[in-house]
Amino acid sequence: MEAVRVPPFERFYEEQQATVLAQLRGMLGRDAADDAFQETFLRALRAYPTLKHGRHLRAWALQIAKNVAIDTLRRGRVTSAEVPDLESVDEPLPYEELRRLTAGLPEKERAAVFLRYGYDLSYEDIGSALGSSPEAARQAASSGVRRLRRKELS
Amino acid sequence: MNVSAELDRRFRDAAAAEGLLDVAYELHDTPVGRLFVAVTDHGVCEIHFDPDPDVEAERLARAFGPRVLRSPRPTDEARRQLDEYFAGKRREFDLAVDLRPAREFGRAVLDELARVPYGEVTTYGTLAARAGRPRAARAVGTVMNRNPVPIVLPCHRVVGSTGSLVGYAGGLDRKRTLLELEGALNPSL
Repeated sequence: MEAVRVPPFERFYEEQQATVLAQLRGMLGRDAADDAFQETFLRALRAYPTLKHGRHLRAWALQIAKNVAIDTLRRGRVTSAEVPDLESVDEPLPYEELRRLTAGLPEKERAAVFLRYGYDLSYEDIGSALGSSPEAARQAASSGVRRLRRKELS
Repeated sequence: MNVSAELDRRFRDAAAAEGLLDVAYELHDTPVGRLFVAVTDHGVCEIHFDPDPDVEAERLARAFGPRVLRSPRPTDEARRQLDEYFAGKRREFDLAVDLRPAREFGRAVLDELARVPYGEVTTYGTLAARAGRPRAARAVGTVMNRNPVPIVLPCHRVVGSTGSLVGYAGGLDRKRTLLELEGALNPSL
């Protein structure tokens, strides 16, 4: 396979910034997402010289964003008041539906459902993001799902 | 999702402030058009006329490393001195230049070029002789054509042995404009 050169950081930043910001707002809400946005690209910049090729850069950027978001959640920086802001989304996202569905859940359940089904995180990751055990994360997610089913039936 | 101008600026400033960039650049409007102005920790590494920023960023990434980002602040001093020069308020640039990618002869020629004073002209042959290769006038022309930091390193002050302007990477009109600005050229020429 032909080597794909690592592009200048400017191009990487221009190409990935919108997706990264959308993911961070989905996970953290608007205010915390701004700080996490800067931290994500600073981390990317620090690691950039170690990249061997320019493939899969979107996945790489989103993985860094996810790690930054988890660190932010772990530090307890995000309060339940900062639920994701629908007005801040310019285009529909794959997890938009999930975001709408989960908006009315208690914060811990909402976060657990969102991280599990929107971002495909393991219960271990979700647990450490939420400051609880993997088992507690699993319970929060399943009780969130049960609550959603009840809401749907009623 | 649009990144706000404020958020974007904060990141570009922080990237430079944390010393994470191989090259910082900004586009700067001057009387001779828009310039691409790029700096490294070692000094000004590129000034380019009529730039395509993507092309310049690629070139700089190959020469200096991939962390090339548009980040105005590190270029402020260079742009301020360029403004003063175009306003006729500055005769010498007080800026470090980063010529690390230049090869031996090119480097020697550019070092000599830096000594050609404001408002004066020299010839390709004279510069070749000063760089230690008196018969290399044509090679000096090539070095001038590829001068990474025109204006700051004044290749516009190098003319043919008959006094004709010969050539300029930014176009002869610009060469004429710069020499007129410095009072080195009668506008009727």
